[in-house]
Amino acid sequence: MHTSLVLDSALTLDSGQTLGSVHIAYETWGTLAADGSNAVLVCHALTGDQYVTGTHRLTGKPGWWTRMVGPGLPIDPARHFIICSNVLGGCMGSEGPASPHPEDGRPWGLRFPVITIADMVRAQAAMLDQLGVGKLLAVIGGSMGGMQVLQWAALFPNRVNSVIAIASASRHSAQNIAFHEVGRQAVMADPAWKGGDYLPGKGPSKGLAVARMAAHITYLSEAGLTEKFGRRLQNRNARSFGFDADFQIESYLRHQGMSFVDRFDANSYLYVTRALDYFDLADTCGGNLSNCFMKSTARFCIISFDSDWLYPTAEAKRIVQALVAAGRHVSFVELSSPFGHDAFLLDTPGLNEVVDGFLRASGDPA
Amino acid sequence: MSSRITAAQHRQIVRLIPEGSSVLDVGCGDGALLARLRDEKHADGRGIEISPRLVREAVVRGLSVVQGDATHDLAEFPEKSVDYAILSETLQAMSEPAEVLRQLVRIGRQAIVAFPNFGHWRVRLGLLTTGRMPVTRWLPQSWHDTPNIHLCTIADFLALAADLHLQVGGGTFLARGQEVTMWPNLRADHALFILSQ
Repeated sequence: MHTSLVLDSALTLDSGQTLGSVHIAYETWGTLAADGSNAVLVCHALTGDQYVTGTHRLTGKPGWWTRMVGPGLPIDPARHFIICSNVLGGCMGSEGPASPHPEDGRPWGLRFPVITIADMVRAQAAMLDQLGVGKLLAVIGGSMGGMQVLQWAALFPNRVNSVIAIASASRHSAQNIAFHEVGRQAVMADPAWKGGDYLPGKGPSKGLAVARMAAHITYLSEAGLTEKFGRRLQNRNARSFGFDADFQIESYLRHQGMSFVDRFDANSYLYVTRALDYFDLADTCGGNLSNCFMKSTARFCIISFDSDWLYPTAEAKRIVQALVAAGRHVSFVELSSPFGHDAFLLDTPGLNEVVDGFLRASGDPA
Repeated sequence: MSSRITAAQHRQIVRLIPEGSSVLDVGCGDGALLARLRDEKHADGRGIEISPRLVREAVVRGLSVVQGDATHDLAEFPEKSVDYAILSETLQAMSEPAEVLRQLVRIGRQAIVAFPNFGHWRVRLGLLTTGRMPVTRWLPQSWHDTPNIHLCTIADFLALAADLHLQVGGGTFLARGQEVTMWPNLRADHALFILSQ
Protein backbone atom coordinates (compact mmCIF):
# COMPACT_ATOMS: atom_id res chain seq x y z
CA MET A 1 0.00 0.00 0.00
CA HIS A 2 3.04 2.31 0.48
CA THR A 3 5.42 3.26 -2.33
CA SER A 4 8.82 1.78 -1.57
CA LEU A 5 12.10 0.60 -2.98
CA VAL A 6 14.71 -1.90 -1.86
CA LEU A 7 18.21 -0.48 -1.40
CA ASP A 8 20.70 -1.87 -3.95
CA SER A 9 23.34 -2.64 -1.37
CA ALA A 10 23.39 -3.65 2.26
CA LEU A 11 23.59 -0.96 4.94
CA THR A 12 26.43 -1.06 7.41
CA LEU A 13 25.07 0.29 10.66
CA ASP A 14 26.76 2.26 13.45
CA SER A 15 26.29 -0.80 15.65
CA GLY A 16 28.59 -2.71 13.33
CA GLN A 17 25.78 -4.92 12.06
CA THR A 18 24.79 -5.14 8.41
CA LEU A 19 21.25 -4.93 7.11
CA GLY A 20 20.52 -6.44 3.68
CA SER A 21 17.54 -5.90 1.35
CA VAL A 22 16.39 -2.76 3.15
CA HIS A 23 12.94 -1.48 2.18
CA ILE A 24 12.50 2.30 2.24
CA ALA A 25 9.00 3.71 1.82
CA TYR A 26 8.82 7.20 0.37
CA GLU A 27 6.59 9.80 -1.26
CA THR A 28 7.51 12.49 -3.76
CA TRP A 29 5.75 15.60 -5.02
CA GLY A 30 6.63 17.84 -7.98
CA THR A 31 9.13 17.13 -10.74
CA LEU A 32 12.90 16.93 -10.59
CA ALA A 33 14.39 19.71 -12.75
CA ALA A 34 16.51 18.61 -15.72
CA ASP A 35 19.63 19.88 -13.94
CA GLY A 36 18.51 18.28 -10.68
CA SER A 37 18.67 21.59 -8.86
CA ASN A 38 15.29 21.66 -7.12
CA ALA A 39 15.28 18.61 -4.84
CA VAL A 40 14.14 19.17 -1.25
CA LEU A 41 14.37 16.35 1.26
CA VAL A 42 11.93 16.59 4.17
CA CYS A 43 12.86 14.61 7.29
CA HIS A 44 10.09 13.57 9.65
CA ALA A 45 9.93 13.52 13.44
CA LEU A 46 9.63 10.58 15.86
CA THR A 47 6.04 9.64 15.06
CA GLY A 48 5.85 11.22 11.62
CA ASP A 49 6.07 9.46 8.31
CA GLN A 50 6.50 10.02 4.59
CA TYR A 51 3.00 11.53 4.20
CA VAL A 52 4.09 15.17 4.57
CA THR A 53 1.26 16.69 2.57
CA GLY A 54 -1.79 15.50 0.67
CA THR A 55 -3.76 12.61 2.16
CA HIS A 56 -2.26 9.86 4.30
CA ARG A 57 -2.66 6.57 2.50
CA LEU A 58 -3.34 4.64 5.72
CA THR A 59 -5.28 7.04 7.95
CA GLY A 60 -6.95 9.13 5.25
CA LYS A 61 -6.01 12.23 7.26
CA PRO A 62 -4.09 15.25 5.92
CA GLY A 63 -0.28 15.02 5.92
CA TRP A 64 1.65 16.21 8.98
CA TRP A 65 3.16 19.39 7.46
CA THR A 66 0.43 20.74 5.20
CA ARG A 67 1.18 24.24 6.57
CA MET A 68 4.73 24.20 5.17
CA VAL A 69 4.57 21.93 2.13
CA GLY A 70 2.06 22.41 -0.66
CA PRO A 71 0.94 24.75 -3.43
CA GLY A 72 1.81 28.37 -2.65
CA LEU A 73 3.77 27.36 0.48
CA PRO A 74 7.53 27.71 1.16
CA ILE A 75 8.08 24.17 -0.11
CA ASP A 76 5.98 23.99 -3.22
CA PRO A 77 5.55 21.08 -5.65
CA ALA A 78 5.24 23.65 -8.45
CA ARG A 79 8.87 24.69 -7.85
CA HIS A 80 10.45 21.83 -5.91
CA PHE A 81 10.91 18.12 -6.22
CA ILE A 82 9.96 17.11 -2.69
CA ILE A 83 10.98 13.78 -1.20
CA CYS A 84 10.18 12.32 2.19
CA SER A 85 10.91 8.78 3.32
CA ASN A 86 9.82 6.85 6.35
CA VAL A 87 12.88 6.51 8.60
CA LEU A 88 14.82 3.28 8.94
CA GLY A 89 13.30 1.58 11.98
CA GLY A 90 9.92 3.17 11.29
CA CYS A 91 6.64 1.39 10.75
CA MET A 92 5.07 3.02 7.69
CA GLY A 93 6.64 0.73 5.11
CA SER A 94 10.35 1.19 5.75
CA GLU A 95 12.49 -1.59 7.20
CA GLY A 96 11.84 -1.77 10.91
CA PRO A 97 11.04 -4.19 13.71
CA ALA A 98 7.52 -4.76 12.35
CA SER A 99 8.83 -5.71 8.89
CA PRO A 100 9.07 -9.39 8.01
CA HIS A 101 12.43 -10.94 8.79
CA PRO A 102 14.04 -12.07 5.50
CA GLU A 103 14.59 -15.60 6.83
CA ASP A 104 11.34 -16.63 8.46
CA GLY A 105 8.90 -13.94 7.34
CA ARG A 106 7.84 -13.26 10.94
CA PRO A 107 8.27 -9.70 12.27
CA TRP A 108 11.86 -8.80 13.12
CA GLY A 109 10.83 -7.81 16.65
CA LEU A 110 13.85 -7.35 18.88
CA ARG A 111 15.99 -9.21 16.34
CA PHE A 112 16.08 -5.90 14.43
CA PRO A 113 19.42 -4.15 15.00
CA VAL A 114 19.51 -0.97 17.06
CA ILE A 115 19.81 1.94 14.65
CA THR A 116 21.01 5.54 14.90
CA ILE A 117 20.08 8.87 13.33
CA ALA A 118 23.17 8.50 11.11
CA ASP A 119 21.90 5.09 9.94
CA MET A 120 18.58 6.72 8.99
CA VAL A 121 20.45 9.38 7.02
CA ARG A 122 22.68 6.87 5.20
CA ALA A 123 19.54 4.97 4.19
CA GLN A 124 18.02 8.23 2.85
CA ALA A 125 21.17 8.99 0.87
CA ALA A 126 21.15 5.50 -0.66
CA MET A 127 17.48 5.94 -1.54
CA LEU A 128 18.20 9.29 -3.24
CA ASP A 129 21.02 7.69 -5.23
CA GLN A 130 18.53 5.17 -6.57
CA LEU A 131 15.96 7.85 -7.32
CA GLY A 132 18.59 9.72 -9.34
CA VAL A 133 18.76 12.68 -6.96
CA GLY A 134 22.30 14.00 -6.49
CA LYS A 135 22.73 17.32 -4.76
CA LEU A 136 19.89 18.61 -2.63
CA LEU A 137 18.65 22.19 -2.83
CA ALA A 138 17.59 21.81 0.77
CA VAL A 139 17.11 19.36 3.56
CA ILE A 140 14.57 20.41 6.16
CA GLY A 141 13.02 18.96 9.28
CA GLY A 142 11.70 19.66 12.75
CA SER A 143 12.48 17.86 16.00
CA MET A 144 14.02 14.45 15.11
CA GLY A 145 13.79 15.63 11.50
CA GLY A 146 16.11 18.50 12.44
CA MET A 147 18.61 16.03 13.87
CA GLN A 148 18.64 14.11 10.59
CA VAL A 149 19.14 17.43 8.83
CA LEU A 150 22.22 18.24 10.94
CA GLN A 151 23.50 14.71 10.47
CA TRP A 152 23.08 15.16 6.71
CA ALA A 153 25.31 18.24 6.77
CA ALA A 154 27.94 16.36 8.77
CA LEU A 155 27.91 13.15 6.70
CA PHE A 156 27.46 14.68 3.25
CA PRO A 157 29.06 18.14 3.45
CA ASN A 158 28.90 18.80 -0.30
CA ARG A 159 25.54 17.28 -1.11
CA VAL A 160 23.29 19.92 0.47
CA ASN A 161 22.86 23.60 -0.44
CA SER A 162 20.66 24.62 2.44
CA VAL A 163 20.06 23.07 5.80
CA ILE A 164 17.00 23.97 7.87
CA ALA A 165 16.67 22.54 11.39
CA ILE A 166 13.60 23.57 13.37
CA ALA A 167 12.89 22.96 17.07
CA SER A 168 15.80 20.57 17.26
CA ALA A 169 19.04 19.79 19.07
CA SER A 170 22.50 18.41 18.38
CA ARG A 171 22.15 15.83 21.16
CA HIS A 172 19.62 14.30 23.48
CA SER A 173 19.77 15.70 27.00
CA ALA A 174 19.40 13.66 30.20
CA GLN A 175 15.84 15.00 30.46
CA ASN A 176 15.06 13.95 26.87
CA ILE A 177 16.39 10.45 27.53
CA ALA A 178 14.48 10.29 30.81
CA PHE A 179 11.11 10.93 29.16
CA HIS A 180 11.84 8.34 26.48
CA GLU A 181 12.81 5.78 29.09
CA VAL A 182 9.45 6.31 30.81
CA GLY A 183 7.77 5.61 27.48
CA ARG A 184 9.80 2.52 26.74
CA GLN A 185 9.22 1.13 30.22
CA ALA A 186 5.48 1.67 29.77
CA VAL A 187 5.60 -0.37 26.54
CA MET A 188 7.70 -3.13 28.03
CA ALA A 189 5.61 -3.31 31.22
CA ASP A 190 2.53 -4.21 29.15
CA PRO A 191 2.17 -8.04 29.25
CA ALA A 192 1.09 -7.93 25.60
CA TRP A 193 4.60 -6.77 24.63
CA LYS A 194 5.93 -10.34 25.20
CA GLY A 195 9.59 -9.41 24.96
CA GLY A 196 8.85 -7.74 21.63
CA ASP A 197 7.55 -10.98 20.13
CA TYR A 198 3.89 -10.03 19.68
CA LEU A 199 1.78 -10.73 16.62
CA PRO A 200 0.78 -7.90 14.27
CA GLY A 201 -2.28 -6.11 15.68
CA LYS A 202 -1.88 -7.77 19.10
CA GLY A 203 0.83 -5.47 20.43
CA PRO A 204 1.10 -3.68 23.78
CA SER A 205 -1.44 -1.00 22.94
CA LYS A 206 -2.02 0.06 26.56
CA GLY A 207 1.70 0.52 27.22
CA LEU A 208 2.23 2.33 23.94
CA ALA A 209 -0.72 4.62 24.66
CA VAL A 210 0.81 5.56 28.03
CA ALA A 211 4.17 6.18 26.32
CA ARG A 212 2.44 8.49 23.86
CA MET A 213 0.58 10.31 26.64
CA ALA A 214 3.80 11.01 28.53
CA ALA A 215 5.62 12.09 25.38
CA HIS A 216 2.74 14.27 24.24
CA ILE A 217 3.04 16.41 27.38
CA THR A 218 6.61 17.25 26.36
CA TYR A 219 5.40 18.55 23.01
CA LEU A 220 3.17 21.16 24.65
CA SER A 221 3.78 23.96 27.12
CA GLU A 222 2.32 24.67 30.52
CA ALA A 223 0.86 27.93 29.20
CA GLY A 224 -0.53 26.18 26.14
CA LEU A 225 -2.18 23.47 28.26
CA THR A 226 -3.63 26.07 30.59
CA GLU A 227 -5.01 28.05 27.67
CA LYS A 228 -6.49 24.99 25.96
CA PHE A 229 -7.78 23.03 28.98
CA GLY A 230 -7.15 24.80 32.26
CA ARG A 231 -8.89 22.87 35.05
CA ARG A 232 -12.04 22.44 32.98
CA LEU A 233 -14.02 19.24 33.51
CA GLN A 234 -14.92 16.81 30.75
CA ASN A 235 -18.67 16.41 30.08
CA ARG A 236 -19.59 16.86 33.74
CA ASN A 237 -20.35 19.62 36.19
CA ALA A 238 -18.59 18.21 39.22
CA ARG A 239 -15.74 15.93 40.17
CA SER A 240 -16.70 12.23 40.11
CA PHE A 241 -14.61 11.26 43.16
CA GLY A 242 -13.31 8.40 41.02
CA PHE A 243 -10.68 7.81 38.40
CA ASP A 244 -12.59 8.57 35.23
CA ALA A 245 -11.21 11.25 32.96
CA ASP A 246 -12.75 14.07 35.01
CA PHE A 247 -10.56 16.73 33.49
CA GLN A 248 -10.48 17.72 29.84
CA ILE A 249 -6.70 17.32 29.77
CA GLU A 250 -7.07 13.70 30.90
CA SER A 251 -9.60 12.97 28.22
CA TYR A 252 -7.42 14.67 25.62
CA LEU A 253 -4.32 12.68 26.56
CA ARG A 254 -6.26 9.40 26.61
CA HIS A 255 -7.53 10.17 23.13
CA GLN A 256 -3.99 11.01 21.94
CA GLY A 257 -2.70 7.73 23.37
CA MET A 258 -5.50 5.61 21.95
CA SER A 259 -5.43 7.03 18.43
CA PHE A 260 -1.63 6.68 18.32
CA VAL A 261 -1.62 2.90 18.75
CA ASP A 262 -3.71 2.47 15.59
CA ARG A 263 -0.92 3.89 13.44
CA PHE A 264 2.30 3.07 15.28
CA ASP A 265 4.15 -0.10 16.13
CA ALA A 266 5.33 -0.44 19.75
CA ASN A 267 8.70 -1.98 18.90
CA SER A 268 9.29 0.72 16.31
CA TYR A 269 8.67 3.26 19.10
CA LEU A 270 11.40 1.57 21.16
CA TYR A 271 13.89 1.62 18.29
CA VAL A 272 13.28 5.17 17.11
CA THR A 273 13.36 6.64 20.63
CA ARG A 274 16.61 4.71 21.18
CA ALA A 275 18.09 6.24 18.03
CA LEU A 276 17.15 9.68 19.40
CA ASP A 277 18.71 8.97 22.79
CA TYR A 278 21.93 7.81 21.17
CA PHE A 279 22.12 11.03 19.15
CA ASP A 280 25.05 13.24 20.06
CA LEU A 281 26.41 14.75 16.87
CA ALA A 282 29.55 16.25 18.48
CA ASP A 283 30.48 12.82 19.76
CA THR A 284 30.89 11.65 16.15
CA CYS A 285 33.32 14.54 15.44
CA GLY A 286 35.85 14.14 18.20
CA GLY A 287 33.64 15.81 20.80
CA ASN A 288 33.68 19.19 19.09
CA LEU A 289 30.42 20.08 17.32
CA SER A 290 32.16 22.67 15.12
CA ASN A 291 34.25 19.92 13.55
CA CYS A 292 31.05 18.34 12.19
CA PHE A 293 30.46 21.41 10.02
CA MET A 294 34.02 22.32 8.99
CA LYS A 295 33.74 20.78 5.53
CA SER A 296 30.15 21.76 4.84
CA THR A 297 29.41 24.08 1.94
CA ALA A 298 25.79 24.56 3.02
CA ARG A 299 23.97 27.58 4.38
CA PHE A 300 22.21 26.86 7.65
CA CYS A 301 18.94 28.08 9.11
CA ILE A 302 18.24 27.22 12.73
CA ILE A 303 14.85 28.06 14.25
CA SER A 304 13.73 27.58 17.86
CA PHE A 305 10.56 28.45 19.77
CA ASP A 306 10.54 30.33 23.05
CA SER A 307 8.08 27.96 24.77
CA ASP A 308 9.74 24.73 23.57
CA TRP A 309 11.21 23.01 26.63
CA LEU A 310 11.86 19.69 24.87
CA TYR A 311 14.52 21.15 22.56
CA PRO A 312 14.90 24.64 24.02
CA THR A 313 16.56 27.69 22.47
CA ALA A 314 19.71 26.99 24.51
CA GLU A 315 20.20 23.78 22.48
CA ALA A 316 19.60 25.65 19.21
CA LYS A 317 22.20 28.22 20.29
CA ARG A 318 24.70 25.44 20.90
CA ILE A 319 24.30 24.45 17.23
CA VAL A 320 24.51 28.07 16.10
CA GLN A 321 27.70 28.68 18.09
CA ALA A 322 29.31 25.62 16.51
CA LEU A 323 28.30 26.78 13.03
CA VAL A 324 29.60 30.29 13.67
CA ALA A 325 32.87 28.91 14.99
CA ALA A 326 33.15 26.74 11.86
CA GLY A 327 32.77 29.89 9.76
CA ARG A 328 29.51 28.74 8.19
CA HIS A 329 26.74 30.97 6.88
CA VAL A 330 24.00 30.67 9.46
CA SER A 331 20.66 32.30 10.15
CA PHE A 332 19.14 31.77 13.56
CA VAL A 333 15.93 33.08 15.04
CA GLU A 334 13.88 32.21 18.08
CA LEU A 335 10.22 32.56 17.22
CA SER A 336 7.52 33.28 19.76
CA SER A 337 4.71 30.80 20.29
CA PRO A 338 2.72 29.68 23.32
CA PHE A 339 2.44 26.11 22.02
CA GLY A 340 5.78 24.57 22.98
CA HIS A 341 7.62 22.06 20.82
CA ASP A 342 4.59 21.45 18.59
CA ALA A 343 4.90 25.04 17.32
CA PHE A 344 6.90 23.76 14.34
CA LEU A 345 3.77 21.97 13.07
CA LEU A 346 1.39 24.87 13.71
CA ASP A 347 0.66 28.28 12.20
CA THR A 348 3.45 29.99 14.11
CA PRO A 349 3.93 33.63 13.09
CA GLY A 350 7.16 34.08 11.16
CA LEU A 351 7.89 30.40 10.57
CA ASN A 352 6.86 30.17 6.92
CA GLU A 353 8.25 33.62 6.10
CA VAL A 354 11.66 32.74 7.52
CA VAL A 355 11.83 29.38 5.75
CA ASP A 356 10.63 30.92 2.49
CA GLY A 357 13.09 33.85 2.65
CA PHE A 358 15.95 31.54 3.52
CA LEU A 359 15.13 29.07 0.74
CA ARG A 360 14.73 31.77 -1.89
CA ALA A 361 18.17 33.15 -1.04
CA SER A 362 19.65 29.69 -1.61
CA GLY A 363 19.35 29.75 -5.36
CA ASP A 364 15.79 28.56 -5.09
CA PRO A 365 14.07 28.51 -8.47
CA ALA A 366 11.63 31.44 -8.67
CA MET B 1 17.01 58.03 14.10
CA SER B 2 15.59 59.37 10.86
CA SER B 3 15.92 57.20 7.80
CA ARG B 4 17.70 60.08 5.99
CA ILE B 5 20.51 59.98 8.53
CA THR B 6 20.63 56.17 8.39
CA ALA B 7 20.87 56.28 4.61
CA ALA B 8 23.74 58.78 4.79
CA GLN B 9 25.51 56.61 7.36
CA HIS B 10 25.04 53.49 5.25
CA ARG B 11 26.21 55.30 2.10
CA GLN B 12 29.38 56.24 3.93
CA ILE B 13 30.04 52.62 4.94
CA VAL B 14 29.11 51.14 1.56
CA ARG B 15 31.61 53.53 -0.06
CA LEU B 16 34.39 52.19 2.16
CA ILE B 17 33.83 48.48 1.48
CA PRO B 18 35.67 47.06 -1.55
CA GLU B 19 33.83 44.83 -4.01
CA GLY B 20 33.46 41.21 -2.86
CA SER B 21 34.55 41.77 0.75
CA SER B 22 33.37 39.61 3.61
CA VAL B 23 31.60 41.55 6.35
CA LEU B 24 30.04 41.00 9.75
CA ASP B 25 27.46 43.61 10.77
CA VAL B 26 27.10 43.67 14.55
CA GLY B 27 23.68 44.94 15.56
CA CYS B 28 22.54 44.68 11.97
CA GLY B 29 18.88 45.43 12.66
CA ASP B 30 16.64 44.40 9.79
CA GLY B 31 19.67 43.89 7.57
CA ALA B 32 19.27 47.08 5.50
CA LEU B 33 23.03 47.72 5.37
CA LEU B 34 23.88 44.06 4.70
CA ALA B 35 21.35 43.99 1.86
CA ARG B 36 22.94 47.11 0.32
CA LEU B 37 26.41 45.61 0.66
CA ARG B 38 25.19 42.39 -0.94
CA ASP B 39 23.43 44.16 -3.80
CA GLU B 40 25.94 46.95 -4.47
CA LYS B 41 29.25 45.35 -3.47
CA HIS B 42 28.51 41.60 -3.80
CA ALA B 43 29.68 41.36 -0.23
CA ASP B 44 29.68 38.04 1.59
CA GLY B 45 27.67 39.22 4.59
CA ARG B 46 26.82 37.97 8.03
CA GLY B 47 24.97 39.72 10.82
CA ILE B 48 24.13 39.48 14.48
CA GLU B 49 21.12 41.20 16.04
CA ILE B 50 19.48 40.98 19.44
CA SER B 51 15.86 41.73 18.45
CA PRO B 52 13.99 38.61 17.25
CA ARG B 53 11.62 40.78 15.23
CA LEU B 54 14.46 42.42 13.31
CA VAL B 55 16.31 39.11 12.85
CA ARG B 56 13.15 37.71 11.28
CA GLU B 57 13.01 40.60 8.81
CA ALA B 58 16.68 40.13 7.94
CA VAL B 59 16.38 36.37 7.40
CA VAL B 60 13.27 36.86 5.28
CA ARG B 61 15.49 39.09 3.09
CA GLY B 62 17.74 36.07 2.63
CA LEU B 63 20.54 37.32 4.88
CA SER B 64 22.68 35.17 7.17
CA VAL B 65 21.78 36.80 10.45
CA VAL B 66 21.84 35.18 13.87
CA GLN B 67 19.88 36.27 16.88
CA GLY B 68 22.33 37.02 19.62
CA ASP B 69 23.89 39.45 22.04
CA ALA B 70 27.10 41.12 20.86
CA THR B 71 28.47 41.24 24.39
CA HIS B 72 28.47 37.43 24.72
CA ASP B 73 28.04 35.88 21.30
CA LEU B 74 30.85 37.57 19.34
CA ALA B 75 33.37 35.38 21.15
CA GLU B 76 32.35 32.41 18.93
CA PHE B 77 33.37 34.10 15.68
CA PRO B 78 36.80 32.96 14.49
CA GLU B 79 39.73 35.36 14.48
CA LYS B 80 40.19 37.45 11.32
CA SER B 81 37.29 35.59 9.72
CA VAL B 82 35.94 38.63 7.84
CA ASP B 83 37.48 41.57 6.03
CA TYR B 84 35.30 44.10 7.86
CA ALA B 85 33.52 43.89 11.19
CA ILE B 86 30.98 46.72 11.22
CA LEU B 87 29.36 48.38 14.20
CA SER B 88 26.97 50.96 12.86
CA GLU B 89 24.97 53.12 15.28
CA THR B 90 25.16 50.41 17.91
CA LEU B 91 28.18 51.21 20.11
CA GLN B 92 26.11 53.48 22.35
CA ALA B 93 23.64 50.66 23.11
CA MET B 94 26.27 48.11 24.14
CA SER B 95 26.55 47.17 27.80
CA GLU B 96 30.30 46.66 27.41
CA PRO B 97 31.50 48.88 24.53
CA ALA B 98 35.21 48.24 25.18
CA GLU B 99 34.77 44.45 25.01
CA VAL B 100 32.74 44.76 21.80
CA LEU B 101 35.47 46.90 20.20
CA ARG B 102 38.07 44.32 21.19
CA GLN B 103 35.97 41.58 19.57
CA LEU B 104 35.46 43.65 16.40
CA VAL B 105 39.17 44.04 15.74
CA ARG B 106 39.73 40.37 16.60
CA ILE B 107 37.08 39.08 14.16
CA GLY B 108 37.63 41.61 11.38
CA ARG B 109 40.87 42.36 9.64
CA GLN B 110 39.50 45.88 9.99
CA ALA B 111 36.62 47.25 12.01
CA ILE B 112 34.31 50.08 10.98
CA VAL B 113 32.63 51.87 13.86
CA ALA B 114 30.02 54.56 13.26
CA PHE B 115 28.35 56.29 16.19
CA PRO B 116 26.44 59.44 17.15
CA ASN B 117 28.65 62.18 18.56
CA PHE B 118 27.46 63.40 21.95
CA GLY B 119 29.96 66.26 21.72
CA HIS B 120 27.89 67.97 18.99
CA TRP B 121 27.19 71.63 19.74
CA ARG B 122 23.42 71.12 19.95
CA VAL B 123 23.91 68.56 22.69
CA ARG B 124 26.29 70.82 24.56
CA LEU B 125 24.03 73.85 24.12
CA GLY B 126 20.95 71.87 25.14
CA LEU B 127 22.52 70.79 28.41
CA LEU B 128 23.89 74.28 29.06
CA THR B 129 20.65 76.18 28.39
CA THR B 130 17.96 73.78 29.64
CA GLY B 131 19.94 71.89 32.27
CA ARG B 132 18.34 68.68 31.06
CA MET B 133 19.67 65.65 29.23
CA PRO B 134 19.65 66.54 25.54
CA VAL B 135 17.07 65.02 23.21
CA THR B 136 18.00 65.41 19.58
CA ARG B 137 16.68 64.39 16.21
CA TRP B 138 19.14 61.51 16.06
CA LEU B 139 18.84 60.59 19.75
CA PRO B 140 15.12 61.16 20.22
CA GLN B 141 14.43 59.26 23.45
CA SER B 142 14.47 60.66 26.97
CA TRP B 143 17.26 59.55 29.30
CA HIS B 144 15.07 56.99 31.10
CA ASP B 145 13.70 55.10 28.12
CA THR B 146 16.61 55.14 25.69
CA PRO B 147 18.51 52.03 24.60
CA ASN B 148 21.53 54.32 24.28
CA ILE B 149 23.20 53.73 27.61
CA HIS B 150 26.82 54.51 26.68
CA LEU B 151 26.87 57.75 24.73
CA CYS B 152 30.24 59.24 23.98
CA THR B 153 31.88 62.11 22.13
CA ILE B 154 34.44 61.74 19.36
CA ALA B 155 37.14 62.68 21.87
CA ASP B 156 35.87 60.02 24.31
CA PHE B 157 35.92 57.40 21.58
CA LEU B 158 39.48 58.22 20.55
CA ALA B 159 40.58 58.06 24.18
CA LEU B 160 39.05 54.58 24.55
CA ALA B 161 40.65 53.40 21.30
CA ALA B 162 44.01 54.60 22.63
CA ASP B 163 43.42 52.80 25.95
CA LEU B 164 42.72 49.60 24.00
CA HIS B 165 45.85 50.13 21.85
CA LEU B 166 43.80 50.11 18.65
CA GLN B 167 45.01 51.60 15.38
CA VAL B 168 42.59 54.35 14.35
CA GLY B 169 42.19 55.58 10.83
CA GLY B 170 39.83 57.03 8.28
CA GLY B 171 37.83 59.36 10.49
CA THR B 172 34.86 60.71 8.57
CA PHE B 173 32.29 63.01 10.10
CA LEU B 174 28.74 63.92 9.17
CA ALA B 175 26.48 66.82 10.08
CA ARG B 176 22.91 66.37 8.86
CA GLY B 177 24.18 63.88 6.31
CA GLN B 178 26.85 66.24 4.93
CA GLU B 179 30.53 65.61 5.48
CA VAL B 180 32.39 68.05 7.75
CA THR B 181 36.12 68.25 8.35
CA MET B 182 36.74 71.19 10.69
CA TRP B 183 36.06 70.81 14.43
CA PRO B 184 34.27 67.51 14.08
CA ASN B 185 33.74 66.97 17.81
CA LEU B 186 31.73 70.20 17.89
CA ARG B 187 30.11 70.13 14.44
CA ALA B 188 29.53 66.47 13.51
CA ASP B 189 26.45 64.63 14.68
CA HIS B 190 27.96 61.31 13.53
CA ALA B 191 31.47 59.93 13.27
CA LEU B 192 33.01 56.92 11.58
CA PHE B 193 36.38 55.36 12.23
CA ILE B 194 38.30 52.41 10.85
CA LEU B 195 40.03 50.41 13.56
CA SER B 196 42.47 47.57 13.58
CA GLN B 197 44.62 45.70 16.08
